[in-house]
Amino acid sequence: MSGEVTHKEAAMTGHEPHMDPATAREAATLGIWTFLATEVLLFGGLFTAYVIFRIKYPRMFYEDHLMLDRVLGAVNTIVLIGSSLTVALGISAIRKGKVRLLRMYLSFTILLAATFLGIKYLEYTEKFSHGLSPGTDIFFSLYFMLTGLHGIHVLAGMVVLGAVLYLAGKGKYSESYHTPVEISGLYWHFVDLVWIYLFPLLYLVG
Amino acid sequence: MRETMWSGERPLNGNASPRGYLEEKGFWAWAYTLDHKRIGVMYLYTTLFFFLVGGVFALLIRIKLMFPGQHIFTNQTYNVMFTMHGALMIFLFIIPAIPSGLGNFFIPLQIGARDVAFPRLNLMSYWVFVAGIVVILFSLVRPMDTGWTFYTPYSARTSADVTVLSFGIFLIGMSSILTGLNFLVTIHKLRAPGMTWHRMPLFIWSMYATSIIQVLATPVVGITFLLLAMERVLGVGFFDPAKGGDPILFQHFFWFYSHPVVYVMILPAMGIISEVIPVFSRKPIFGYKAIAYSSVAIALFGFFVWGHHMFVTGMSGTAAIIFSLLTYSVAIPTAIKVFNWLATMYRGSITFESPMLYALTFIFLFVVGGLTGMYLGALGADIHVHDTYFIVAHFHYTMVGGTVMGLLAGLHFWFPKMTGRMLGEKMARPAWLLMFIGFNVTFFTQFILGFEGMPRRYAEYPAQYQALNIVSTVGSWVLATGVLIMFANFVRGLFRGAPAPPNPWKALSLDWQTGSPPPTENFREIPTVTDWPYGYAGRQT
Repeated sequence: MSGEVTHKEAAMTGHEPHMDPATAREAATLGIWTFLATEVLLFGGLFTAYVIFRIKYPRMFYEDHLMLDRVLGAVNTIVLIGSSLTVALGISAIRKGKVRLLRMYLSFTILLAATFLGIKYLEYTEKFSHGLSPGTDIFFSLYFMLTGLHGIHVLAGMVVLGAVLYLAGKGKYSESYHTPVEISGLYWHFVDLVWIYLFPLLYLVG
Repeated sequence: MRETMWSGERPLNGNASPRGYLEEKGFWAWAYTLDHKRIGVMYLYTTLFFFLVGGVFALLIRIKLMFPGQHIFTNQTYNVMFTMHGALMIFLFIIPAIPSGLGNFFIPLQIGARDVAFPRLNLMSYWVFVAGIVVILFSLVRPMDTGWTFYTPYSARTSADVTVLSFGIFLIGMSSILTGLNFLVTIHKLRAPGMTWHRMPLFIWSMYATSIIQVLATPVVGITFLLLAMERVLGVGFFDPAKGGDPILFQHFFWFYSHPVVYVMILPAMGIISEVIPVFSRKPIFGYKAIAYSSVAIALFGFFVWGHHMFVTGMSGTAAIIFSLLTYSVAIPTAIKVFNWLATMYRGSITFESPMLYALTFIFLFVVGGLTGMYLGALGADIHVHDTYFIVAHFHYTMVGGTVMGLLAGLHFWFPKMTGRMLGEKMARPAWLLMFIGFNVTFFTQFILGFEGMPRRYAEYPAQYQALNIVSTVGSWVLATGVLIMFANFVRGLFRGAPAPPNPWKALSLDWQTGSPPPTENFREIPTVTDWPYGYAGRQT
């Protein structure tokens, strides 16, 4: 999705570059925002289901949510907000051309993402051991679908950030060109933002 | 008056070979191509193939329906047939054909760009589409029998492979989102210098509106099918009353996508009509801004009318009245387009080449389809004809009479540009006539059947409906003959057609100012646009 890549493709296929770098950056930015809009609607379906069923079954939501581990949920919230901070620091580093600093911050971000998934794994196994599964009732259907879909996004984010880290190591990014860093950072903030909604909706009912 | 929309006198096609973008040959040159034109062509071949497959299912359904009882094949086979007809036609043909096929080919050409904004994403979108097709084929092991709407609770319980098919459609949806995203960005960022929003061809406006819907509605059906699959695999209970869920919720989710998506089907066709009518009337399009904004209006209104699919499945009276009113409001921008097309033709120097024949057919049939849609938006009338053949007739008038006729207008219009060869009018006209007659015989009878109360989707029906069913089936044979002749003409045109000049129809938009077929880079020099593309000044002799 980046301008740089597009130019490479152009060279490979005998196309002239079909966008100047400034247009390519604007296009990538508009592209990622549009993509995030589709993501909002993807989660939107589940959030709609949440609203409908919470109104319908307030008791179930209250009683079930007590079975979730608030402490682990809160720790995970802090972990993920921390990862948003490191990715933002990484972007501000590459804006000043500091590639090594970018790589450090990206590594931290990926590490925090892995921590998040690790804690999530602990929570899931704990739930399963108590016989709580997506089929238990509506609340747990929502819990597993929402956190599961979010978890897949965290995993996808790790892959994307990993690719950016790898390319940063090959010296692809600089003060003047770092669009992929910016747009993958935006995606990561989105993943973080979803969790900021999920945590109170699922762990802090009532 | 000088008929041109760009500055300078030079032709824009450069010194490409006469075969233009088609020059490089071989499987890999196509499979790995980043050229929007080649990707568009691959989409066209794929979608037209499924048009024929879906058509075969339709013919088989019609043959069975010649007889009231259980004949020819079992009722279960019938259920599979009409499900496959619906699902293939909708997801693999009518949604992607114009946007991903003709849109891919002509958006960059019409806005004066060398390619779409993200060529690699474009190629990926095609291969995701193919992956979706492969997954859908796997689901044929235990073929679907739910109808294309997948309504729960049946779809959650049937032994058919709903899970696999849901995943396939999820992939098709993903491809659709990527294409829409690509087009939105392309139209925003890659217009040639001087091409302001109000100088864009109306096909671009309609593709812009289409892309908005693809991007905003498709994720919702994605999550819906995901939840349906999870209901079957993990026992998630959102749509299952036994677990406190609600099957009506599935319908809301489903139609929140599937109503807007009918505008994904029709808007691009309307865009094609807006291109064809002025060219063959040699007159400036009437009401440019009204047509342009009505596309966007349809896209936006379209998000708030889904409830009209559910008037009889459980909805409060107030909600039904609101949805009914909103449904009526969609008719306004649609009517604006039709009136403006008619005003464009008024006192024009009209000629009736095949693209124009299909465009006029579109207007005629789509008006029938649109107005019968008003019957269905009206609460009282809808309850009478809901789930009867009236609905089947209505949406075939909009989808075949509208979208397919628009697509065929586009294919006949742009065939010389895409292939570098002319299509023979001698075969094109009888093909059109047979299709026109066959279509009306097939589907007009179904309006009557619906009013008389014949329910849709049932494999068997009371003997009193047989006469009209036989008429309808015979009509389907006439229609199929027309389609076959048309395809034969396409094949003949591909191999034997006379070489096409760059601009056989003397059209003004940029796509016609480059070679036929266009060179890989589209234009030797990106033109500077100085005017809109509709400055036709009558017929020049």
